Amino acid sequence: MAECHPVGFQWVTEAKSRGAKVIHVDPRFTRTSALADLHVPLRAGTDIVFLGGIINYVLEHDKYFRDYVVAYTNAPVMLREDFRDTEDLDGVFSGLDPDNRRYDNATWQYKGMEIQAASGERERWIEDRADGGRAVTEAARGEAHGAGGADIGAGVPERDETLSHPRCVFQVLKRHYARYTPQMVEQICGVPQDVFRQVCELVTDNSGRDRTTAFAYAVGWTQHTVGVQYIRTAAVLQQLLGNIGRPGGGILALRGHASIQGSTDIPTLFDLLPGYIPMPHAHLNQDLDAFVEADSTRKGYWGNMRSYLVSLLKAYWGEAATAENDYCFDYLPRLTGSHSTYETTMAQLEGTCKGYFLYGENPAVGSANAKLQRLGMANLDWLVVRDFSLIESATWWQDGPEIETGELRTEDIRTEVFFLPAAAHTEKDGSFTNTQRLLQWHHQAVEPPGEARSDLWFTFHLGRLIRRKLAGSADPMDRPVLDLTWDYPTRGELAEPDAEAVLAEINGRAADGHPLSSYQQLQDDGSTACGCWIYCGVYADGVNQAARRKPGAEQNWVAGEWAWAWPANRRILYNRASADPDGRPWSERKALVWWDAEQARWVGHDIPDFPLGTPPQHQAPPDATGAEALSGTDAFIMQADGKAWLYAPSGLTDGPLPAHYEPQDSPFRNLLYGRQRNPVRHVMPPLPDNRYQPSADEPGAQVFPYVATTYRLTEHHTAGGMSRWLPYLAELQPEFFCEVSPELAAERGLAHTGWATIVSARNVIEARVLVTDRVPPLTVQGRTLHQIGLPYHWGPNGYSTGDAANELLHLSLDPNTHIQEAKAIAVDIRPGRRPRGPAAVQLVRAYQVRAGIDEHTGTEM
Amino acid sequence: MGVRTWIDSWPVYRQLKGTDPLGRGAAAKSARSARLTPRTASADRVVKSVCPYCAVGCGQNVYVEGGRVTQIEGDPDSPVSRGRLCPKGSASLQLTTGDAREHYVLHRRPYGTEWQRLDLDRAMDMIADRVIEARRAGWQWEVDRARTRRTLGFASLGGATLDNEENYLIKKLFTALGAIQIENQARI
Repeated sequence: MAECHPVGFQWVTEAKSRGAKVIHVDPRFTRTSALADLHVPLRAGTDIVFLGGIINYVLEHDKYFRDYVVAYTNAPVMLREDFRDTEDLDGVFSGLDPDNRRYDNATWQYKGMEIQAASGERERWIEDRADGGRAVTEAARGEAHGAGGADIGAGVPERDETLSHPRCVFQVLKRHYARYTPQMVEQICGVPQDVFRQVCELVTDNSGRDRTTAFAYAVGWTQHTVGVQYIRTAAVLQQLLGNIGRPGGGILALRGHASIQGSTDIPTLFDLLPGYIPMPHAHLNQDLDAFVEADSTRKGYWGNMRSYLVSLLKAYWGEAATAENDYCFDYLPRLTGSHSTYETTMAQLEGTCKGYFLYGENPAVGSANAKLQRLGMANLDWLVVRDFSLIESATWWQDGPEIETGELRTEDIRTEVFFLPAAAHTEKDGSFTNTQRLLQWHHQAVEPPGEARSDLWFTFHLGRLIRRKLAGSADPMDRPVLDLTWDYPTRGELAEPDAEAVLAEINGRAADGHPLSSYQQLQDDGSTACGCWIYCGVYADGVNQAARRKPGAEQNWVAGEWAWAWPANRRILYNRASADPDGRPWSERKALVWWDAEQARWVGHDIPDFPLGTPPQHQAPPDATGAEALSGTDAFIMQADGKAWLYAPSGLTDGPLPAHYEPQDSPFRNLLYGRQRNPVRHVMPPLPDNRYQPSADEPGAQVFPYVATTYRLTEHHTAGGMSRWLPYLAELQPEFFCEVSPELAAERGLAHTGWATIVSARNVIEARVLVTDRVPPLTVQGRTLHQIGLPYHWGPNGYSTGDAANELLHLSLDPNTHIQEAKAIAVDIRPGRRPRGPAAVQLVRAYQVRAGIDEHTGTEM
Repeated sequence: MGVRTWIDSWPVYRQLKGTDPLGRGAAAKSARSARLTPRTASADRVVKSVCPYCAVGCGQNVYVEGGRVTQIEGDPDSPVSRGRLCPKGSASLQLTTGDAREHYVLHRRPYGTEWQRLDLDRAMDMIADRVIEARRAGWQWEVDRARTRRTLGFASLGGATLDNEENYLIKKLFTALGAIQIENQARI
């Protein structure tokens, strides 16, 4: 955090100066470790064991926050008789369909519920597909829960408030984590038992009524074949300790791009519509009602999904969207499986995808298996790159690594490339949504230089031109784009669209055109229009709330009048849980919101994340739906049962409880279960340039004996497009390097400041060697493991240059999110520079032969 | 110059007699450095902004003079950052005004070996034509008898460094065109 979010880290050091203890768990010693009370190096790819071990400690030593757990989580809920855990089936859950490599999650449901929907693919219950719903599973449905939980069907779950019934969630959880012992943590993570015990004590001593503990993570958790389950493990732990919805608690995702949260909320993502409404999947005869029926929940605010979706369709298609035509629901294109960026690469290689826009993104460096990214682009008809400088994704046809190896020849590449210079943040109005869900407006200071334009300008005028060219078309294919509302006012010589007009559309308006102030005003009858329901209120009263800048020093510690956070300007989600079931703060020290009996409403420092007038004692009538169905203790208002989920009966594709599996490529056997890898991980085709490696005891695994992990540096930004061209930053970190321990340097003859060559089954790269104690060897399963640190910012262009670490990665993905496993791969390292020209390709092939790798290697379930 | 002024101009004297015994402030000032002002002092305007790098969202003050950005500093009002910026945020001036930025459209023809300049309007027109063509080439009304109403002909990647309003228009336009392969860094 001190490296990659240094200014955010000031709050950690401030907490420390007030007595907080800081624990840093990371294979590397970094600036964060230097300021932490305890640095715990662990083997990359083993966090579920580490966190699961803490869960086991909490349960075994009765350290959980019982009142919180009983009231606000699903710990007391009973599970079906036919559910089988990894405990029963040696590492898999009931419902595994080995032929299709997916889970049917019917048996994961709560006991006594009428099943309406399956796991993270709620639409699957409309069984009209020949593939039994596999395609929908692949469509990243788990991600549709960015603003709330999945459905659980109808009925009232059976509960055991004593938490003692063997089939209640709490007891299942206890049995599931019983094998995550300190001995296992030591054997698998390489963390000594005494250090681990210290972590357990620090975390549990600092949790309860008076104290809270926070977990912060970045892509060190998401970039794994079990990435979502990493975060789930932390969620289980934080629920047990009562650390969610309370000040100083939570699980904080430290995201790495200014508006990566915004581009998830208002998604440029294949599987989502704005506000986490899922993109519809192709079904026979599915209309709006059937879609909503399949995808909304009965209880809580997802129960109003029809209002959110109809209002979005009205924002998109305006007058053309009517009740008679289902508000143009049919205009939405349909998914058939995953269409993630890695499938897009495959579609480019196959020739299906012929055109490609890059908006401020550099996949030739930043995406996994960078070589496949370039080969995909080399098979396009056209490519549009919008960026500040000539990044690698714009110039691979001229000077990319494959030109050097002879695999591509410039004169043979068909791709037409347009480079369009982009405007900087100082040259345009607009809002970022930062990592804390905070929308902050940045104002234009000057006009962009030359032909540089904002992406707002580019997209608006591209749409305008396309609509003009298609005007008069009678082809039904063209109706959606011709009926689109696309009349944004422009200003100035450049005809820059008014960003605030777009924000107003995102916010939403009533039938009379008046800006809406809350998503609770949205209607499902077409009378309201709203581009993103969770952002409704950002333009309340016609005022740009994201541009509010009341100085922090003039406000309380919540600083609610600085900018605007979704939803409804709440700064801490689910903050009803900061009060006890009776509505009183758990302690004065940790007070955030509470029930004021005199005013008969929720009040507090933050905006209550709960229906304001619903008293703590309220019991919702059994036949109520939506927000009306929330009882006074249903603190988790977006969840289908109002509770935090220790156990996830639906919403995930790879299990209701996190279980440890080894990374795709690992030098070690899975000690916990007979199953080596996540059985339902998303394995992309093992193309010749995307081979997987043998693991553990398999022959050839010893060819790749080390574990490498990628990361960022303070002085550079992601794939380098915004940092490697800056003289200041290039001087601070002038070239690519790898971090190795003195022990590994001795073992492999690596010299400090010399060169090393690093090889995987995919590719070979070279890096300067930094011999340092910062990446200490660990003892794992009785032997020494060396890990290699690889910052991933580089490519051949700019002032600061080097090979791209992402060349080494494979395309085995998390099955929920389709994110690659960048954080734990097995590699070899040797002294000296990598071979040049065709010899580089031959070296990788030689490694593949030596390790006995073919297209089947590592693809087993 | 009087004797008094002459003695006062001598830094060691000022250091010994004045309020700056360590010689790190007023005592060390020369006549020239005493006259120096920060480049922010002469700015015509200060524009409120947000750092474009990571997702912490540090406040920035953008100083504009004569229609040009002259300095970018941390915004002390921000309760997020309290005026601080990291090395990247501090380099924002170089990011936005540095000479590594391209200012003109470049075009590489199929099988071409070099970039060529291309007028922006012409480029926009050509891109619009190519989108329409690729969209039609990759159009699918149905897949396995189920209606899809979509195109696989073109794709888009990027958005995490962009504004919400920009992402909104990209998703809206490309969805209306039937494109589904719309992705950004959040997947990566």
